[in-house]
Amino acid sequence: MTISREDVEYVAGLARLELTEQETQEYTEQLNSILGYAAMLERLDTDGVVPTAHAVPLHNVLREDQVRTSIKHEKALSNAPDGEAGFFRVPKIV
Amino acid sequence: MGVAEKSVSELQELLVQKEVSSIELTKAYLERIQRIDPELQAYLTVLEDQALVQAAEADRKIAQGELLGSLEGIPMALKDNMCTEGVRTSCASKMLENFIPPYNATVTDRLRTAGSILLGKLNMDEFAMGSSTENSYFAKTRNPWDLKCVPGGSSGGSAVAVAADEAVFTLGSDTGGSIRQPAAFCGVVGMKPTYGVVSRYGLIAFASSLDQIGPLTKTVRDNALVMNTIAGYDPLDSTSVSFEKPDYTKFLINDIKGLKIGIPKEYYGAGIDPDVAKGIQAGIQTLIDLGAEVAECSLPHTEYAIPAYYLIATAEASSNLARYDGVRYGYRAEAEDVLGMFKKTRAEGFGQEVKRRIMLGTYALSSGYYDAYYLKAQKVRTLIKQDLDKAFERFDVLLSPTAPTAAFKFGEKSANPLAMYLSDITTVPINLAGIPAISVPAGFVNGLPIGMQLMGKALAEGTLYRVAYTFEQNTQYHTLKPKLSGEVLTCGSR
Repeated sequence: MTISREDVEYVAGLARLELTEQETQEYTEQLNSILGYAAMLERLDTDGVVPTAHAVPLHNVLREDQVRTSIKHEKALSNAPDGEAGFFRVPKIV
Repeated sequence: MGVAEKSVSELQELLVQKEVSSIELTKAYLERIQRIDPELQAYLTVLEDQALVQAAEADRKIAQGELLGSLEGIPMALKDNMCTEGVRTSCASKMLENFIPPYNATVTDRLRTAGSILLGKLNMDEFAMGSSTENSYFAKTRNPWDLKCVPGGSSGGSAVAVAADEAVFTLGSDTGGSIRQPAAFCGVVGMKPTYGVVSRYGLIAFASSLDQIGPLTKTVRDNALVMNTIAGYDPLDSTSVSFEKPDYTKFLINDIKGLKIGIPKEYYGAGIDPDVAKGIQAGIQTLIDLGAEVAECSLPHTEYAIPAYYLIATAEASSNLARYDGVRYGYRAEAEDVLGMFKKTRAEGFGQEVKRRIMLGTYALSSGYYDAYYLKAQKVRTLIKQDLDKAFERFDVLLSPTAPTAAFKFGEKSANPLAMYLSDITTVPINLAGIPAISVPAGFVNGLPIGMQLMGKALAEGTLYRVAYTFEQNTQYHTLKPKLSGEVLTCGSR
């Protein structure tokens, strides 16, 4: 299977990445090379094999819903590139 | 010999006997960092004032005979992907260049409670993605054994700081070999514990089902000591494993008679340097002479580990790194609308390797390809884990070279991402299976250190420490030190 330039542009859109012309070209080549290599997985019969999402079997980890102190408002905003009056400010959305 | 070369266990003794103070020790390290780090560039941040305040507190406790922490007064440093409240944590990325965490990682807290002194934060591949530390946005860390060579990665700064005596010990993180491979390249001891044994709370995520924090140290004993402090269940990490934590130093027994060691033949495949293979063979012979029972074994799905790993790790990374959107913290590029701001922020804030992996992971998860790539990789992960489970029915420990070659030169592999990925063949299966593995110094090839990797079943860190300790006590490799320009360090026994 080949990954086209259009595929790369589409995926970049999904990943919210603006790519330069050079990056689009490079990633098209490199994704083809890496996924071409990964195609070896097709040789392996995995019918009936249960997928492993986590090496350690985990179940829902629950705790009592107790009121506790959490991070202070100002602290949560302290790294905001643009914050005002207790909010994160972003450019216009619609 | 200066104090900076000593191990944790030696320094603990000196501190308690009041032969050296924590302030003196901390100053010795800060002075050494100032002198040699401009050349090595292991540190991204040095915390001179804070470290001296912490050291003074340790000295006060020692002087007043108070109950001491398990690492009281010992200067150490952290990889720059572990959150430190009030101290920049950059992940070696432009994206987090000015990020000041509002809280501590659990490991940061545990090390502070134990009384250790934080000297600073260490260089790494950006977001821990890489095998050479060349992907750092800030600096190229050099291998102290040969300044033309990479230190390995992604925990390159963590390995160099220990190898060059710029810290007594450090922590690194390991998603596909990022503690073990740089430990091998720099000639230090590096442990990747069982998944879930050390809390990931406050570790900036790369691939959440694979990431694990562990210690890099000068000796196996030090490694066990640091593990005693950082390991253990943490309610703040929902993937943390609840288990009865042993005293890891109890496993430091210089005896491996009758222990069964398996040599997976697939780990000696194409691409392995014959001199590395020869060096490891000599190490195996040492263990046989000490009474270990050694036999070859097979892990038939090994060759599939690399593609499975890179699909799973990049898929998880693409999801984890979606949070960097310029809204709540981190870099922001200006744009007319919010979508443009996201795209530009990410384009400018991430480096090439990070973007490449986000692209790969997003592709593997995208509609129509999920089954063929991500789900397939997870099924292969099961097969790789089963191979290892089966091997551990016969063997206590598996053994291989930590990396197929010694440290390579800057730029040698950076042009070809696939070639760089393939060099991870001996380390990634361990993360996929979630089991522990340690790299111990096992000799030299052309003046560069090589590492021997010991792998165990889940929660068998103690068995690994026993074999590693026995090997270390019967070899001299860990006593050798790199010679740095501008000074001559004692070579030979410490």
